[in-house]
Amino acid sequence: MKMKRYNIAVSGLNAIDSPGPGISVIRALRDSKKFDVRIIGLSYETLEPGIYMHELVDKTYQIPLPSAGMEVLLMRLKYIHAEEKLDLIIPNFDAELFNFIKLTEKLKTDFGIQTFLPTLEQFEARHKVNLFEFGETHQIKVPKSKTIFTSKEISSLHYHFSYPLVVKGKFYDASIVYTIEQAYAAFNKISAKWGLPIIIQEFVSGQEVNVTAIGDGKGNTIGAVPMRKQYITDKGKAWSGISIDDDKLLKMTSKLIRSTKWRGGMELEIVKTDEGEYYLLEINPRFPAWVYLAVGCGQNHPEALVRMAMGEELKPFKKYDSGKLFIRYSYDMIVNLKEFETISTLGEL
Amino acid sequence: MKIKKNIALNDSGFIFDPSTGDSFNTNPVGLEIVQMLKQGKSQKEIGAFFLKEYSVDEATFEKDFYDFVNMLSKLKLTERDENEKI
Repeated sequence: MKMKRYNIAVSGLNAIDSPGPGISVIRALRDSKKFDVRIIGLSYETLEPGIYMHELVDKTYQIPLPSAGMEVLLMRLKYIHAEEKLDLIIPNFDAELFNFIKLTEKLKTDFGIQTFLPTLEQFEARHKVNLFEFGETHQIKVPKSKTIFTSKEISSLHYHFSYPLVVKGKFYDASIVYTIEQAYAAFNKISAKWGLPIIIQEFVSGQEVNVTAIGDGKGNTIGAVPMRKQYITDKGKAWSGISIDDDKLLKMTSKLIRSTKWRGGMELEIVKTDEGEYYLLEINPRFPAWVYLAVGCGQNHPEALVRMAMGEELKPFKKYDSGKLFIRYSYDMIVNLKEFETISTLGEL
Repeated sequence: MKIKKNIALNDSGFIFDPSTGDSFNTNPVGLEIVQMLKQGKSQKEIGAFFLKEYSVDEATFEKDFYDFVNMLSKLKLTERDENEKI
């Protein structure tokens, strides 16, 4: 029987040292035995490697930066849809999700384009700025945190925290600081790159573990695979990791998805202390860049997302393999100037 | 004290703890001890085997055995066995 073919737009093609999840998501979709895909890449910059990975990405279109707003994005998507007849969009950047969530209904009703994203309430509640309250609401341990808007507030942090502490950007980046001077430096560096506010978080020492998971929006965890980072880059990203069998982590994930009725992919960043306690550090509202490990372990989360987005009811995955590793590598592609010129001037390739 | 049930062990001395993702290598003697602990053998049984098979006196074996088991414990590869006193 001929498989269904979906035209799926995917962002996060920046397969760099701090990678977006797009390439992993695309590999997972291409592995699917349930459907065939034509992949439309959505890129922000002309040097995102995925643009030139033609064995994975059939066509790429540049889209406006999230700061340009919803209307500009909608106009661009309208053009792309006219060319490509999109069935589904999978956005993979935290910073772009707000716009896509706001456009969910319009994309569906006006163009018939599906998404499978968390609601705006879910998206906002798990935001770093609100995470401590989120933890209290759902009875999950979260390190104490405080949102600050000016560097002047750093001088009074010692009333609430003891050093070391963690200085975090609102979307990305984090530094562990041991002195007030380092806190000022981290504030300036991160706020210059990602804007305000800055989140100050209590430092919890332990082993960092992550979970990639997907919820069906009704409280069911369709899949979850925990991973421990084994090799970490200077940007704190996992360059290799191993799937682990940790029942407490899975229960914590299920509890969180059940209580929030989370819809779509997510990544939990958790610290396991030496005393065996689990602290939730972050909830990323999309698949992680290492999501292909889940496929290797027997759970294809991106495929599950597509099937649910297209209206299928899925039963949860029951098992996965622990002890599977992912090891990233770097690879130099040779690209003709003509291709770079095309994406730079026409905004599509 | 006994080895955690889910620990994976191969014949070349590679030990994998699937709950933490930690992996270790041990030499052939360490491997024999871990295998016997995994089989549920007591220190007495393990000691009897080593005293018979290896050129080692009881005091030296006991000291090395405790050192090794303590290391396994620090690496969180063991769990307390209520029925056994080591």
